[in-house]
Amino acid sequence: MKHFKKLVRPYLIWSFVLIVVPLFLIVLYAFTVDGNAVLTLNFTLDNLKKVLEPTYANVFVKSLALGAVTTGICLLIGYPLAYMIARFKESTQNLLIMLVTIPMWINLLLRTYAWMNLLADNGIINRLLMKLGLSPVTMMYTDFSVVLGLVCNFLPFMVIPIHTSLSKMDRSLIEAAYDLGANKVQAFRQITLKLSMPGVINGIVMVFLMAISTFVIPKLLGGGQYVLIGNLIESQFISVGDWNFGSAISFILAVIILIAMRVMKRFDKGDE
Amino acid sequence: MNKLIELKNLTKNFEDQQVLRGIDLNVYENEFLTLLGPSGCGKTTTLRIIAGFEEADSGQVLFDGKDISALPPYKRPVNTVFQKYALFPHMNVFDNIAFGLNIRKADKQEIRRKVEAMLALVGLEGFGSRDVTLLSGGQQQRVAIARALVNEPKVLLLDEPLGALDARIRKQMQMELKKIQREVGITFIYVTHDQEEALSMSDTVVVMNEGMIQQIGSPTDIYNEPENRFVASFIGESNIVEATMIEDYLVGFDGCRFECVDRGFGEMEPVEVVLRPEDLDIVDPENARIRGTVRQVTFKGVHYEILVETDIRTYMIHTTDYTEIGKHVGLDFGPEDIHVMWPMGSY
Repeated sequence: MKHFKKLVRPYLIWSFVLIVVPLFLIVLYAFTVDGNAVLTLNFTLDNLKKVLEPTYANVFVKSLALGAVTTGICLLIGYPLAYMIARFKESTQNLLIMLVTIPMWINLLLRTYAWMNLLADNGIINRLLMKLGLSPVTMMYTDFSVVLGLVCNFLPFMVIPIHTSLSKMDRSLIEAAYDLGANKVQAFRQITLKLSMPGVINGIVMVFLMAISTFVIPKLLGGGQYVLIGNLIESQFISVGDWNFGSAISFILAVIILIAMRVMKRFDKGDE
Repeated sequence: MNKLIELKNLTKNFEDQQVLRGIDLNVYENEFLTLLGPSGCGKTTTLRIIAGFEEADSGQVLFDGKDISALPPYKRPVNTVFQKYALFPHMNVFDNIAFGLNIRKADKQEIRRKVEAMLALVGLEGFGSRDVTLLSGGQQQRVAIARALVNEPKVLLLDEPLGALDARIRKQMQMELKKIQREVGITFIYVTHDQEEALSMSDTVVVMNEGMIQQIGSPTDIYNEPENRFVASFIGESNIVEATMIEDYLVGFDGCRFECVDRGFGEMEPVEVVLRPEDLDIVDPENARIRGTVRQVTFKGVHYEILVETDIRTYMIHTTDYTEIGKHVGLDFGPEDIHVMWPMGSY
């Protein structure tokens, strides 16, 4: 086995080059001005202060709120879905889980363009409404279209971890709860729900993290004026060219994510 | 004794497999009743129907004379000890045992008192705050028993509860279960495939095979008076010999006539005779009517297992005396050692 260990080295080198170095550069850029000239480093906290300006702070608040709403909806849809799937026999379960993940086989952009066609003012849904004699509804470029896009994209990441923890659960635990006098609701709340909490926590963390850092979906379904953290970072790097400020936002986002994961971990442990 | 549970003609199919083919059984108060049989005989299904986890296709379950077939498990006055204990992994020992009382919203003080009493009964004082997943198999077993008994059920159902324990702890738990049953004074219905366990603990043994009850009786009845070939061969070891019941108290096999204690089989009826290996004595061939040659001698610890080949068949004998291979010997037994039963398939 020993000589195989050496095979891991190229990956270590690539990980270092592709992950550690960029991370280091982001932190470095976040705390400097005109940091493009590596030899003349001017350290400053101005970039971080700028994030606190109302314009940008609002973007953070909006992103976090949208992430929370998306996560909440994913949980409300995902838990019952995972629960129902876990009640089928194993071969059927595998098939159903595959069905849940099938949308992910299609490119994210294509899926989002599909939603645009469906939701547009003269899109498929509105044309159907008009045929039925109802007045069309504006759905594109609203919170609705963005949340819809986010939920549809991230739902599998909620369903899969919850399903995993539910399907691992021993069926006889539920029978034991019934046997000891618990009705269906009591057994679900005190046994099933408690034992599936690790899956729920994992799902929440994954969906929330992806929802607050996404930029393609809000850009396409929310339009140009719909700015979330991801869009802000993208525009700072691509169109504005202020790499220092972009790095500062990325840095703060990373810190928020780390804190969120810590909190959820604590919550998970506290529950057991 | 009062009849507590009555099973009436229960049948159950799983897909196209017949698991129960008409089970009729009475269970009495304070009785330790064991359902004994090989795997797939329907004993666990019978227990699960009593608990309410399975529904019988036809037939009735009466409890105190009332039909409970339609009641969900949580409304039945029975509690179950599961095969793999099914303890709640996210609760400590105390909360596991208190689960049923908490569901019924019992008084906190009362819960504490009852759980402590249960912990004492199963010998786990001071274990309340332990994590159940870190207990040994035997300790988990005790928690499972305490968790069921704390609800003061009228009947405790035990589904092969000792199956996962090693031999020594098994023996100890057998004695303790019997002791607990006497102390709490309720009915135990116990499922096992282990005949020794069944014989040593039960008041009544119900031998099952292929979804049917083969025999119901006390452990000594089941052992000494097996009703058919299945019971005779499943419980202990036996020599089963085709024979003819010549008349009451007289049976013929291996070309000889033997006095016996059985009657009521009619005259010249084909029957089968059970001779337990420990009831056969090896004697001088001069003094015996069945003679043969020792073919195999195996040391079994407490006794030797000796195979004696006669002209017609091979007999198995259990004895503490050594006999050498190849020796010509005779076999002797008394009238009370001959157990006559109907041959398989004729009843």
